[in-house]
Amino acid sequence: MEYEAVIGLEIHAQLLTSSKAFCSCSTKFGAQPNMNTCPICQGMPGTLPVFNKRALEYTIKMALACNCSINGISRFARKNYYYPDLPKNYQISQYELPVSEHGWVIIETEQGPRKIGITRIHMEEDAGKLVHDERNPVSYVDYNRTGVPLIEIVSEPDMRTPEEASSYLKTLHSILVYLRICDGNMEEGSFRCDANVSVRPVGTVEFGTKTELKNMNSFKNVQKGLHYEINRHTEIVREGGRIIQETRLFDPTSGATVSMRSKEQAHDYRYFPDPDLLPLRVDEEWITEIKNGLPELPAEKKERFIKDFGIPPYDAGVLTASRELAEYFEEVVNYFNNPKLVSNWIMTEFMRVLKADESSVKDSLVKPAQLAELLRMIEDGKISGKIAKTVFDEMWATGFSPDKIVLEKGLLQVSDTSELESIISKILDDNPAEVKKYLDGKTQVVGFFVGQVMKASKGKANPGLVNKILSEQLSKLSA
Amino acid sequence: MKITLEQVEYVATLGRLYLTEEEKSKYLNQLDDILKYMDTLAAVDAENVEPMASPVELFNPLRDDIVKPSLPIDEALANAPALEGPSFKVPKIIE
Repeated sequence: MEYEAVIGLEIHAQLLTSSKAFCSCSTKFGAQPNMNTCPICQGMPGTLPVFNKRALEYTIKMALACNCSINGISRFARKNYYYPDLPKNYQISQYELPVSEHGWVIIETEQGPRKIGITRIHMEEDAGKLVHDERNPVSYVDYNRTGVPLIEIVSEPDMRTPEEASSYLKTLHSILVYLRICDGNMEEGSFRCDANVSVRPVGTVEFGTKTELKNMNSFKNVQKGLHYEINRHTEIVREGGRIIQETRLFDPTSGATVSMRSKEQAHDYRYFPDPDLLPLRVDEEWITEIKNGLPELPAEKKERFIKDFGIPPYDAGVLTASRELAEYFEEVVNYFNNPKLVSNWIMTEFMRVLKADESSVKDSLVKPAQLAELLRMIEDGKISGKIAKTVFDEMWATGFSPDKIVLEKGLLQVSDTSELESIISKILDDNPAEVKKYLDGKTQVVGFFVGQVMKASKGKANPGLVNKILSEQLSKLSA
Repeated sequence: MKITLEQVEYVATLGRLYLTEEEKSKYLNQLDDILKYMDTLAAVDAENVEPMASPVELFNPLRDDIVKPSLPIDEALANAPALEGPSFKVPKIIE
């Protein structure tokens, strides 16, 4: 029997506010432990939480971008659990009446676009960080992260493969980053993902018993963890076994998932409306205002790039994966209207150095106008495409204009016919054995001659001219 | 009885309450009274009444996203039963 997987994802995204969700402590990452705490986020008796307006605005942005409906009235709830990462012993979250529900996003799959449902997007506060001592039975608690605003985005169980799950995750990540409401950093935990997975015989509608997967802190690990878990489920079910509903941790070193075998009893969060917080009202006018201020989202941008610039869908996908990169591309095209050449350069040279230096588009010393200038020099035949790469590296390192670098380093392309003629005839004179091979019909030695010319001219010879002169001189010899 | 002794014990455990046998039976009766009161409420005809989010017609005030100083570190840690540097020290519980 064939089995298929049923996957739903829960994403937690930290919102890029300056202050916490319910108090005015800073949300800055990397401060000394417990520097950013106050009586509210430490859960002292007698304090009252007051919600951050920007956190609500950001949540509504995401909800609108994911086609969710916004509830005019929503409510905060207490999720009760006993663990030292929460000083209050409850987390302020939303349960009944979340701020938004019933949305969807379109993801790319190998079989084409697919619509994935979003059950709800709600707001909650983050918990603190525990560091477990390696040798002693103690843990160290840092409450700086406690109270940092999060949104939880819950998908419908609409995904069938790890690849689809990964595509969904990338789509949401990209929307969050485009909206500039989350930095999307998976290593630092500002974008986290848990997965619910089960298997069932293909063609049936009933769900199998699910397990929850945690600790997959990269796109790759989400795929790996899901693959492992789906295989585990399928094997158990094939052999007539039973899946135990439980939470499992992904272990990145072994690629396996392991049961968390909690000493705590079954999770029973006893949600109830938080009596410290009144219902939250969002008026229609504000929603409209936020809607009108939404930027162009990745999917729309991609479509527009394909249509307006005539670049292949693949290129458009790569360029629009980051808002900064897409805007950079558009600016270069603005100065130099050859979108395909610009796209090629950004996808190869520009992205290569970005990756190598772990740098970001906005920190690039090569400004869009300068890259455009460089590409124009190639088009005008002033430099070869190969030399342009050297010039580009220099621009990247120094921020100088390509003009200046080409002049100072003497990199202008040699397009002087007589100069090239003399270089070529010298090379033919110096290599009689290769010339003989050519005359004997081994025409592939032309490549060798071209290489020699490039070497002699330090790569500056105009390749078109070299080919022309070379074939002229060789045909004279064979005559 | 609308509630069992086991349920009282379960709820007490979740709340980390350690109850004597006497307390358990006392709370059993009190909780039972509360749950019976729910029956009284359930008897009310609320067919045409809109569900409400809260009994008061007030809504949550919001604050602007402005950072204000946090507690000085010695005050932030003042109530800690145990410390390790600037961190709270607690018994290790690995979930």
